Amino acid sequence: MTTLTATPTTAAAAARRARRRGRLAPWVYLAPALVLFTLFLALPIAYSVYLSFRTVKVSGLGLGAGARTEVWAGFDNYARALSDPDFLASVARVGLYGLVLVPTMLGLALLLALLLDARRTRAKGFSRVSIFLPYAVPAVIASLLWGFLYLPRVSPFFYVFDRLGWDAPELLSSQWVLFAIANIGLWGGVGFNMIVIYTALKAIPTELYEAARLDGCSEVAIAWRIKIPVVMPSLILTFLFSMIATLQVFAEPMTLRPLTNTISTTWSPLMKVYRDAFTRDDIYSAAATSVVIALATFVLSFGFLRLVQRRAFSQENA
Amino acid sequence: MTTTTSPALSVPVPRRADRAVRPARTPRERPSLWGTLILLVGAAYCLFPVLWVVMASTKSASELFSTFTLAPSTHLPENVVDLSQYRGGIYWRWMANTALYAGIGGLASVVVSAMAGFGLAKFQFRGKKAVFNVILAGVLVPGVVLAIPQYLLLAQVGLTNTYWSVLLPSIISPYGIYLARIYAAASVPDDVLEAARTDGAREGRIFTSIAVPMMVPGLVTIFLFQFVAIWNNFMLPYIMLGDDRLFPITVGLSGLLNQGASQPAMYTSVITGALLSILPLAALFLTLQRFWQVDLAAGAVKA
Repeated sequence: MTTLTATPTTAAAAARRARRRGRLAPWVYLAPALVLFTLFLALPIAYSVYLSFRTVKVSGLGLGAGARTEVWAGFDNYARALSDPDFLASVARVGLYGLVLVPTMLGLALLLALLLDARRTRAKGFSRVSIFLPYAVPAVIASLLWGFLYLPRVSPFFYVFDRLGWDAPELLSSQWVLFAIANIGLWGGVGFNMIVIYTALKAIPTELYEAARLDGCSEVAIAWRIKIPVVMPSLILTFLFSMIATLQVFAEPMTLRPLTNTISTTWSPLMKVYRDAFTRDDIYSAAATSVVIALATFVLSFGFLRLVQRRAFSQENA
Repeated sequence: MTTTTSPALSVPVPRRADRAVRPARTPRERPSLWGTLILLVGAAYCLFPVLWVVMASTKSASELFSTFTLAPSTHLPENVVDLSQYRGGIYWRWMANTALYAGIGGLASVVVSAMAGFGLAKFQFRGKKAVFNVILAGVLVPGVVLAIPQYLLLAQVGLTNTYWSVLLPSIISPYGIYLARIYAAASVPDDVLEAARTDGAREGRIFTSIAVPMMVPGLVTIFLFQFVAIWNNFMLPYIMLGDDRLFPITVGLSGLLNQGASQPAMYTSVITGALLSILPLAALFLTLQRFWQVDLAAGAVKA
């Protein structure tokens, strides 16, 4: 750069400094977030993608320092991941788990939120706090509590069934364990989603249904025709976040494992990733599997958002 | 918005309670039996495991599997002592670690989110939309999928199995930034910032003494979100940490439960530990209830 330009007047210099400061300021605010985002989100994703295309080539007997070298693997890891029966079984399992859990949880959350918002129900404060309380319990602890409650020697349900002379279902048997885990997810998630929907319900201006009420519309009709359509964006987002959380189920089955032998080390896709990476030391295959899971999550999320016409985020992109 | 009540007080009381005093009260206003019943059943379902763990933690190891499951006993003090003496009180270390991870991580996350949210809401600059969209996409990234590459990367700089390995990845929260942006846009008026700039206030000062105080209710919610997320996190510390003196409570108790499989006497400690670990967060929830009003769609916090 040349230094021959005339010295600007001090006022112009100040104005330019201010302008430069103005241009720089947002980046200063964003810097910590961007640095952390790069280091702990973008870089790990890129590294995962890189590893997913690599593999270790063993030459000779695999002994010595130079015997194991990392080479490009093309799509081998993906081909292996996608054709691995363990992985496919875990995907099917978690798909069923999601189909059981998400609609049940959101249906109940919506029902409870509407009841909290209804004018004729009682015991609202108590119910709201009680139902929200499980959100304060980590998934590991929740699984631990329910895990004990599923044991025939501890569970009061078995006690009742026993007294009645009925055969109680073995909740941790391979037939029921999926529902047992879904119940833990339901218990932990219903309150949070209820609060989200309830907050949206409270934001509805009362005029919107006061007229309907004066016309003799029933509370149920008001809920169906007015309240539910208005809180639809919240329902969409709770659905989206629940779906993402479902795909990642890990803590619950991991915690229940010591209590039963029906949960394999590849029960959920993430458990398989964990096993491949840390038990089998095959980080390449684990990376490919996690990239597949991440892509599936993205496709599902964006597909879903597109399906609902991006109503949820449309106001944000102004 | 139609609410006319003081916003700060609007929460614990059902908002439309004021309608009870309206003259237009019809006979239809009698309490709904079924609606109330469903709410109470929901509450019972949610309280049941908590009730069970309170009862179970009062039992001795032999009573745990022999007496009726909801019948209380008298052994809580011994159980707490046993738990506290287990491996030189490592349980309390786990609790302290959890408080440290969640507390420091949550605070750092709020600072980072507030700055980024403010920057995105209150400045016009090239690339703003791109930055925001990237962060929005970050909300959808399944966080747990990141844990293994994060482990491998941190291993390369020798940070695994340290406090940092759990703290650092917990600080970035795309959802926190998203919330902070909306909160800054809604609660910090442009002309106040403009006036401060005209008066020659420095950017840093504008942020700390004007923007932050206006954003406080939203920031508390972001803090709570992140605090709970870190407190509840299992996979990240499970992968990152090998030394049990660094464990948070979730990883520690999960390990204890594993031991219980071979020595059932451990079960009472596990149960007592579970109960004690729930208490602080439950207390936090009850005292800060009014900040738990989350409108995901509007992203706003109605506190």
